[in-house]
Formats: sequence, structure tokens, C-alpha cells
Amino acid sequence: MIRAIPLLILGSMLMLSVGCTPEHLMSTFDPLGPVAAEQKMVWDFVFWAMAVVFVTVLPMLLYMTLKFKRKEGDPIPPQTHGHRNLEIAWTVLPILVLAVAAVPTLNVLKYVLEPPAGSMQVNVTGHQWWWEFEYPELGIRTANELYIPVGKPVQFNLQAKDVIHSFWVPKLGGKQDAIPTRTNVMWYQADVTSPPEGFYGQCMEFCGTSHANMRLRVHAVESDAFDIWVQAQKEPGPVAEDLSELAAEGRDYFENMDFTATYADGAVSKQRCVYCHTVDGLGISGARTGPNLTHVASRRTLLSALVTNNSENLTSWLDNPQAMKPGSRMPNPTLTDAQTVALVEYLQSLK
Amino acid sequence: MATGTRTGGILARPTSMEGVWGWVTTVDAKRIGMMYITTSILFFLWGGIQALVVRTQLSYPGAEFVSPDTYNSMFTMHALTMIFLAIMPMSVGFFNLIVPLQIGARDVAFPRMNALSYWVYLFGGLLLSMGWLFGEAASSGWFAYAPLTESAYAADRGMDFYVLGLLVLGTSSMAGAFNFIVTIINLRAPGLTWFKLPVFVWMTFITSILLVTAFPVITVALIELMFDRYLGANFFVAAQGGDPLLWQHLFWVFGHPEVYILILPAMGIVSEVLPTFARKPLFGYPVIVFSGIIIGVMGWMVWSHHMFTVGLGTVAVGVFTVTTMLIAVPTGVKVFSWMATMWKGSIALTTANLYAIGFIALFVIGGLSGVSHSMSSSDFQQQDTYYVVAHIHYVLFGGSIMALFSGLYYWFPKFTGRMMNERYGKIQFFLLFIGMNIAFGPMHWVGMDGMPRRIYTYTSNMGWDFWNMVSTLGAFLLGFSILLLLHNLVRSFKKGEIADADPWDGRTLEWSIPSPVPHYNFARIPNVVSRDDWWARKYVTGEDGVTHPIPQGGAYAENEEDVDVHSIHLPDPSYWPLVTAIGLALMGGGVVFHLAISIVGALIMLVGIYGWAFEPVNEPDEEHEEHEEQVIN
Repeated sequence: MIRAIPLLILGSMLMLSVGCTPEHLMSTFDPLGPVAAEQKMVWDFVFWAMAVVFVTVLPMLLYMTLKFKRKEGDPIPPQTHGHRNLEIAWTVLPILVLAVAAVPTLNVLKYVLEPPAGSMQVNVTGHQWWWEFEYPELGIRTANELYIPVGKPVQFNLQAKDVIHSFWVPKLGGKQDAIPTRTNVMWYQADVTSPPEGFYGQCMEFCGTSHANMRLRVHAVESDAFDIWVQAQKEPGPVAEDLSELAAEGRDYFENMDFTATYADGAVSKQRCVYCHTVDGLGISGARTGPNLTHVASRRTLLSALVTNNSENLTSWLDNPQAMKPGSRMPNPTLTDAQTVALVEYLQSLK
Repeated sequence: MATGTRTGGILARPTSMEGVWGWVTTVDAKRIGMMYITTSILFFLWGGIQALVVRTQLSYPGAEFVSPDTYNSMFTMHALTMIFLAIMPMSVGFFNLIVPLQIGARDVAFPRMNALSYWVYLFGGLLLSMGWLFGEAASSGWFAYAPLTESAYAADRGMDFYVLGLLVLGTSSMAGAFNFIVTIINLRAPGLTWFKLPVFVWMTFITSILLVTAFPVITVALIELMFDRYLGANFFVAAQGGDPLLWQHLFWVFGHPEVYILILPAMGIVSEVLPTFARKPLFGYPVIVFSGIIIGVMGWMVWSHHMFTVGLGTVAVGVFTVTTMLIAVPTGVKVFSWMATMWKGSIALTTANLYAIGFIALFVIGGLSGVSHSMSSSDFQQQDTYYVVAHIHYVLFGGSIMALFSGLYYWFPKFTGRMMNERYGKIQFFLLFIGMNIAFGPMHWVGMDGMPRRIYTYTSNMGWDFWNMVSTLGAFLLGFSILLLLHNLVRSFKKGEIADADPWDGRTLEWSIPSPVPHYNFARIPNVVSRDDWWARKYVTGEDGVTHPIPQGGAYAENEEDVDVHSIHLPDPSYWPLVTAIGLALMGGGVVFHLAISIVGALIMLVGIYGWAFEPVNEPDEEHEEHEEQVIN
């Protein structure tokens, strides 16, 4: 017993450290929708079945190792070559266990892979390294932060612009890959509203330098709040008259200024913000190379859910995108401080 | 020893078995095996350093120990190094050392091709790793999913080193595998029928068949990728209508048999070590053999479980779910049989046996997490998380590496004539076992807690901090235990206790001959009567079921005196395998650097093949011509 004390102390320290760690924002043990819940059910089933094997086989192995340990003068043990019935038993028994396990697995498989009829449609496009979300039925295009109504199934049609990505929000369910040339289908449903920062998600297929920085958020909101959000998103960007002088100057830069763009690979060219980013209502719009910015100020985060959305972060981003998100396809726009300030002011006005 | 000089030709036939050149030109399977194992240990250290860089970067959130691209290269090259340059060749090293001895042969079927396999492996490994010298090591993951590997997204030469390195290495694996298939079919000692073969030989045979069938698939994929990158073809270029999924199918049709290529030799080693130290025959020998064959066959039916999330459709995912679940059956049978072998045995807890028992424990854990992966519907949550990283390390480190280390301790005395230090060995084993569990155990948890694989950084509010730090500390403990292993190897090699021919009271033929093994292996080719033939020569089980030693049993030595060992002809050393391998490696490397190098390489290779073809296996040697019948082809 005395010898067990350090072990107990160590054990409880470990348990405490698990307990004390923060929210477990991507834990698969905390399903908040039917897809995740069904998957958790299958996991629980497998886990306990495997746990039974674990606590039988491993202590048995240890017991045998100690029990049959060779001692001085032990005789040669009987030379047993096998035991037919035993061998049949341990072949057939696992087959039966697996056959039983296959039933919930395959049932749930069909459930999670096939979206219910009448699901709300969202087209997801993976880019290096951000997410584009389009609501085809609502005519909305946004990026990195997804809004869905609570209690309604949402079907995701996954595509990729460049390389393979994988779309995952653990609290809502398992992942599927977004692959160029294909459209994969999956669905989630949130049973509860999300906390203010949203449910956490992340790209799960290695997609290059900033794979680790390709994150996303899902905001699950009540249906009236969702409708309000939809209406707000449908609004075009503000006209110059509605903006402060500084923001109007930024709007002009955004639309008309040619700047020298230096890309991550060293290439240099003349670019304009609007060549890659859309703000609805500007002269040129519809560009999809970079995230749609029409309502960028309404998002809580920037750079595919990497940092909080505020002026400081936006300023550092415009000063040197590569420093915040290595390898980013966003070129360094090499702006003057005054230009940056005006652009930040404008972007922060895009509520 | 036959030592004639070659008349004519470019290179005079090497005549000496001594010194560095003796090793460079050797065609002796034992020497080649030792070269394989030494080289693979060096690559293993290199792969381990890469792993420690990865672990250091992940030890706390937001660490900036290496840049993202360097990190991506580290985990890519770690996997490639460990799989292709450490585990596989270490297994092949054991094939070389053990298979001829266990089947009572004097060498492999094609000794010069065997040397070629080794040299191509060495040069191929260097080519694969060469990217580091230019800061351009492959960084697209070892699985190299297109289109991330295409010129548009992987502009530097990292993927070129990957493609050409693996193509060159594939040649080595294929040549080696054919060699062992032919050796095992043709060179078994009289009386050694298939179902008397030691299980290690069986597993070598199955592994070799998997190698010759799986490598062509990856070769096709690599050549297509090479065409994409060098000639503007569009096999996998999505933007041009190529199919990225084609790469995944080809890669995993190779990749899953490859998993069994990594684990079957390990299972073979454990199947030798456990019975020896339990003093019992392997329980359920036919079942173990057949489940090995079934694993080999089923390895081809499960590749898409690596692709559960790519959108194959409910039916296809369902089918691969079921086939994958079924593979647990033959694997489970093996585990149960090993445990039944230990049951009521007389278990000696030597370091080799500790490793074998440790293998069972860790492999069971890896197998159980594997079963949970096969449940596709819940695996959608685990795919590409650290849970998978935990699984593969329990299977490949807890499985393959533990068993290979068991083999090192077990067979070291046979080939060096010295015992490894047991006290050191046990300390080293326990450090490794504990370190391994501290490093990889918590990954199950952080994986289920949502931590993705292959990320160079994470934020601190996710709940992953503590266990990542624990993993990193475990990894360093693991690294330390590996240093102890090295120390033990080197120290024992120099001044270990002298080993006799049969230090473990072994069961198979390799223990019937002196340690270190003489050049000719067997003075007289044994006549095999039973499975565990050497044991049967030492012990007899009476009517009463009691087993006792045979007086004077197992004495081969007196027979040896009757044989004039100088009359045994063995293949002479040769330069040509080395020349051919240099040519082949230059040919591959030239594709990356400059085509002129390829042309020079091709010429050198042609010269090598030409010289090889016209070089007799043995130089004519008048003195011993009457013994021609003993020559091995």
C-alpha cells in the first residue's frame, strides 16, 4: 500500500491537469449535434468492447510472464503444439464480436453520410489556407465563419480550389475531404446554440505550409437570429457617402489603388485589392481568389479564424501577411502607413 | 577459399575477404545482413532526430523552434526515413542473416544480386535524404497526396528527391524480395518441408511476395508523378482534369500491403524468440502460418480504409469497413497463439524475450485502436487526428521496432560471437518501454480531444498543452534509451562475454553451428527431420510426456571434423554489384540534377551488368574442381 502512494499522487495530479485544462474546444467527447452523437455512440461501443479486451489480455500477459518465469532447476515444460478447439474458439469468437459491432457501425455510416432531404445547402470551398462558404439558396457568400440555424440539418457540398482540404467541426460531427475535381457531401446539425466564439473547426488534410493555420468557426444561432444575419449579409458594402472621410479614402484605395504586391514565392506584380477580394457594391466585384470581405467586420476572427478581428491585427496583417500566416497567398501590399490606416478603417466599417 | 584472378575484363576479380574492400565486394549474406542492419540503425538515428525536432516544436503551443516549412519536411522525412530506410532494411538485414541459416543453406540464391540490393538501398536512401543538403527535403507528407505534390504547389526539388529516391529504393526491395522467394523455395535443406519451416522464414516468404506485388503499384504512381512534374503530364493535376484520387488509390494499394511488409517480419521474429525462451514449441504453428498468409492476402482488400473521408460513397466505405474489421481476426489469432506459447512455459526473461513480450503488449494496444479505426462511421472523428499517430506508433514502434530490437538481442551472439550485456539491456528495455508509452500513449487522448496531425503549431486554449509536453518528454526518454542500446551494441561487440554456439538453448538450425557463424554456414548440410529440428536433436519427450535432454545430443561439432571445410565452394566476391548500383543511383539522381549525370549513370550501369553477366560465380580453381557439386548458384 505504501508503495502505491506516489502512484496515487501522480495519478491524481494527472487527473487534475486534465480537469484543469481549458474548454476542450475540439473534443470529440462533447457531441452537440445528432451526427456527432451517433458517432460518439459507435465510439463508446467500440471503446468498451476494446477496453474489455485490454483489461483481460494485458494483465493476463503480465500474470503469465511472472507466473511462468523460469526458476533454477525447473524441468522442461510439456511440449504442447496446439489445441484445436481452443484455436477454433479464438477464431470464431472475435468474428462474432465483430459481426455484432458491424451492425451499429454500418447503420450509423449510412446515417452520417447521407444528408436528410430538405437540408439547408452550403457550398464549402477549401483554399490554401481559408474556407469559402456559399449559401446557394440565400445568395450569400462569406468566409471562414459559418452561420447555421440551430436544429436544422445543413448539407455541405465540399469542393477545393487548389489542393485537398478536409472540413471538420468536431462538436458537430466527423470530417469529409474537400478534393479538387469532386464534390463531396456531408451534413451537420447543431442541437444547441454555440458560445459567442462559435464551434471550433480546422482543416484536417495536410495542405501545405500553413495547414496548421487553416481554421474555421461555426456559429449556431436560433432561427430568428439566423434570419437577421442573412438579411444583414445580403446588404452590399457601404457607399462612400455613408463612410467617415478616412474610411471613404480606404474604400477608394481598396477599389482603385494599384500597389506593388510581393508574393510568398518572391514574385512581384501590380495588384488591386478588388482583383482578389469582393465587396459587393463596388465597381468591380465577384473576385473569389481571396475571401469575400463584404461583411468582414461582422466576423469575430481574421485569417481563417486565426486571430481576433480588430484593427491591430488587421494592421499587422496588411503590414506583412507572411509574418502572421506563413506561406499565405495574400501578397505583401507594401503600403504606406497612411494607406494602411485608411484601409483598416474602411475594412472595419464593413459590418 | 577460391581466390583466382580474373583474366581480362575491366576490373580484376577481388581476391581478398579481408579489410574494407572485403566488405565492399562481399556477396556473403551474413556480411550483407550486418551491413543492412548497421546502415538501418544509422538511418533510424537520423529518423529519430527528425522525430525529436517535431516533438520539440510541439512541446508547447506557439513554439518557434523551426519554421513551418522545416517542420513539414521533418515529419515527412521522419516517416520516409523510418519506413523505407530503417524498419524495412532492418527486416531485410534479418532475412539475410537468418533465413539461410534456418533453412540450412550456405547463402542466398543470388548472392551478387543480394549485394546489389544492399548498395542500391544505401544509395537510394542517400538520394531520398539528399534534399536536406539543399534545404529542399520533401515536405508534402510521406503519402504525398496530389495535387499538393505537383509543381504548382511543390516547386522545389523536395518531391523530386522523393520520387527518384523511392524509385531507386524500390529496385532494391524488389531484387531482395525475389532473392528470398527463390532462396526459400529452392535452397531448403533436405527434409525441410514447408510445414517444418521456422515461422520467421514463412513470414520472410510472405513479406517478399507482398514486396514484389506491392512495389510495382507505387512505381507506376511515382513514374506518373515524375511525368507530371518533368514532362507536364496531367495524371494528378486537378486543374487540367487529372484525378487526385487516382494517386491515393495507387498509393494505398501499395501502402497497406506495405504496413504488413513492416509488421510480418516482426511477427516472425517474435514467433522465434517466444518459443525459445518459453522452452515450448510455438502454439498452433499451422494457424500462425495460415493467419500470416491470410493477413498477406487481406492486406490487399483494405486499402481504402486510409481513404474513408474522400467521398467513396456509403457502399464502398461500408465494404472496406467490414474487410478492415475482419483483419483483426487473423491478427488476434496470432496474439492468442503467442500467449498460449508462453502458457505453462518456462519463461526466461532475457532482454530479447522482454522485447518480444513488450511487443505483444504494445501490439495489442495498437491493434485495439486499429479496430476502432475500422469503424468508419466513428473514424470520421478520428481520421487525421493524433489518435491515428498514436495508433501507428503503437503498431510500428511498439510492434515492428520492438520486435526488431528483440531480434538484435537474440541473434547478436550468433553473428558476433559475443553476448550483449543483459543488465544494460534490461535497463535499456524498461526505459524504452516506459518512454514509448509516455511519448505515444497521451496521443490517443489529444487525438480524441481534436488535435490534428501534421500541424506545426497550436493555440493554448485547446487543452492539448499538458499532454504534448508529456509526449515530448517521453520522446526524449525514448531517445535516451536508444543511445543506451547503441552503447550496448558497440560495447558488446568489442568486449562482450564470449558466446557459445547455442547460448539460448535454441530450437532452430542457426543454433546448431558455431558462433560467430563460419563463412560456409554449415560444414555439412543438415538433414532435417522435424520442425524445431535443433531442439529435437537435443531433447526427447518420453512416453510419459516428460521431456529430457538426449545425452551427447545436438553435437554437430564432431561431424565437422570429417568435413574438409576448404573444399566448400562459395561465390567469390565481386565488384559488379557495387558498380551497377552506383550506375543505377546516378541514373536516378541525374533526373533531379542534370540529365548528363543520368546518361553517365546508365553507361556505368550497363558496364556493371555486362561485367556481371560474364563473370563466373566462382573463378575456376583447379585444386577443387572435383567438388563442383557443392557450388551454390
